[in-house]
Amino acid sequence: MQPDQNTAQNFFSKLGIDLRLLGMIGALAVLCIMFDLITGGRFLTPRNLFNLSVQTASVAVMATGMVFVIVTRNIDLSVGSLLGFIGMAAAAIQVHVLPDIVGLGHWSIWIIAAVFAVLMGAVIGAMQGWIIGYLTVPAFIVTLGGFLVYRGAMWWITQGQTVAPLDPSFRLMGGGADGTLGETLSWIFGLVASIAAVGLILASRRRKASHGFTVKPVWAEGILIALAAGLILGYVWIMNSYKIAKGALPRIAEARGVEMVDGLVLNHGVAIPVIILLGVTIVMTLVSTRTRFGRYVYATGGNPEAAELSGINTRLLTVKVFSLMGALTGISAIIASARLGAVDVGLGTLDELRVIAAAVIGGTALSGGFGTIYGAVIGALIMQTLQSGMASVGVDAPLQSIVVGMVLVFAVYIDIVYRRKTGA
Amino acid sequence: MSTQTPLVELKNMSISFGGVHAVDDVSVDLYPGEVVGLLGHNGAGKSTLIKMLSGAYAADSGEIRINGKVATIHNPRDARRYNIETIYQTLALADNLDAASNLFLGRELVTSLGFVDDDAMESEVRKIMARLNPNFQKFSDPVSALSGGQRQSVAIARAVYFDAKILIMDEPTAALGPQETKMVSELIERLKSEGIGIFLISHDIHDVMHLCDRASVMKNGKLVGTVDVKDVTDDDLLGMIILGKHPHGADGK
Ligand SMILES: Nc1ncnc2c1ncn2[C@@H]1O[C@H](COP(=O)(O)OP(=O)(O)O)[C@@H](O)[C@H]1O
Ligand SMILES: [Mg+2]
Repeated sequence: MQPDQNTAQNFFSKLGIDLRLLGMIGALAVLCIMFDLITGGRFLTPRNLFNLSVQTASVAVMATGMVFVIVTRNIDLSVGSLLGFIGMAAAAIQVHVLPDIVGLGHWSIWIIAAVFAVLMGAVIGAMQGWIIGYLTVPAFIVTLGGFLVYRGAMWWITQGQTVAPLDPSFRLMGGGADGTLGETLSWIFGLVASIAAVGLILASRRRKASHGFTVKPVWAEGILIALAAGLILGYVWIMNSYKIAKGALPRIAEARGVEMVDGLVLNHGVAIPVIILLGVTIVMTLVSTRTRFGRYVYATGGNPEAAELSGINTRLLTVKVFSLMGALTGISAIIASARLGAVDVGLGTLDELRVIAAAVIGGTALSGGFGTIYGAVIGALIMQTLQSGMASVGVDAPLQSIVVGMVLVFAVYIDIVYRRKTGA
Repeated sequence: MSTQTPLVELKNMSISFGGVHAVDDVSVDLYPGEVVGLLGHNGAGKSTLIKMLSGAYAADSGEIRINGKVATIHNPRDARRYNIETIYQTLALADNLDAASNLFLGRELVTSLGFVDDDAMESEVRKIMARLNPNFQKFSDPVSALSGGQRQSVAIARAVYFDAKILIMDEPTAALGPQETKMVSELIERLKSEGIGIFLISHDIHDVMHLCDRASVMKNGKLVGTVDVKDVTDDDLLGMIILGKHPHGADGK
């Protein structure tokens, strides 16, 4: 081993950043720079980064749940169909049912529809989990059945007709020009998020020190804090420099309560689905690393027998894991349908594969026991970057599929080699 | 000792797996502060017998009494309620988790907000390991990265951390070196003096003669007999294991 490679490794291990995370970030950076060079600077623009992050949200939200599913040695092939089914049902109630009950355009419609979507996902997921955990039908079969059942059921709701238009407030969760925080709120959000991140880093350091454990050197902690705050504020800054198009300007100005004058410039700011994704990521990270439930998910994946002997009810755990997956699919259904403003029977098609690929590219091992939430989110981002990048370069759809398919296999191979080397 | 109520009574325990009578009408008991050795060839049914006490298996028939009262043990959680702790032959560790997560699995320490308190757990593990196995250093690695002996220390630490009254040790020293084995012997002596009852499954007749008060021998799922260790020789025990015959004169309880 060369000495400078050694110091580099030492540097990153002091920072507490592992090689896998570094590899994923590196891959993402290489992809972005490559596409930017090929398109002559049309890839790394505020507009494109805005769209990229919005497009990633739906798959990434589900990928965080898929981590738990795969960590417990299961699989869920039904999420794409379930997303379509939930999206269609939530659309149907806000267009065909709720207006008759609470009145057309009533403020509560979006809340009822959103809660309905999440609950519907949780209940259907729990049912699948019960069949898997208690009736011991393999997850592969149960969710393959679900894959067919939900797509069929989706057709049934409206006999295959597209449902539109969705409630205007509901559509904000899809993140168009309207569905953002706006500039001021975005900055406030960025500041609060940065302060929270710094606070968390410092609190963890203090806790460790109070137990007398060795903590990272001060400079390493400083770099981490700078990275976290820089990343958050940098992202906000870029989103706040994406101008609202002329055509939409009067509408947005009115919505934000700004006077419409000549030469007015308004920017998008952070999109609401991105905020939702961030919230889901934080909550799921907490669940996976700081709750008993999360601990049992990993223990069960690592050694189901040991988990059972430690008093963990692994069957009930399976129900919970699939129910959580369903609830997250409900959230993704909200984002995906709101983004399109209408739901047709194709909504969510192939999403199960994107979600599984995101989790796996993010380092979740199909043999169970290993996987991180942030990995899955970065995995989803890598997948979307690859897809959007190829589209912007002018690669046609069939070739896109071929490339994504090969990248998936290659990424998993790299992961296997990495695991073998580190003995994890 | 016979005037006391036994800590554990396993009465006429039977269990079979698809026609194989793994344990067939076996009765053993255990008094407070006593170490009872379980001996027998591989496949004799020793692990299966104690798994019915630890809640891993539900018996087909038989009765378990704890302190004279009938106990219902359907799963490991039930067993833990009776302060039964077990070191399994397979160790039963989640290889992907670190020592602290394994030691506290199912009984995590939590903060006031209900989050698992990893730092507090690691701190506890450091304390107990300092007594059990001072060489143990890999606190933040997954246990898959540990040696056989270190993994065994984690399993032992887990069993003794939670104030067990009844301790089941299924070949606890199989992966240990001589020095660590000696530490386990000292640990057994200490726990015994604290009034804990111990079932010790072991292949090492010398260990059994040295550490146990009584020994029960099994063969082909049946109990050959139970003897007071001070009444028998190594050869008597060997005869019971190999021939399945009760030695003359020593007639157990
Ligand atoms: N879960 C199981 N399923 C089927 N057979 C089992 C199971 N557990 C134990 N057995 C059988 O029961 C018998 C006793 O095994 P065991 O209790 O492990 O023996 P010992 O611990 O004395 O070596 C063996 O024949 C073994 O194959
Ligand atoms: Mg055994």
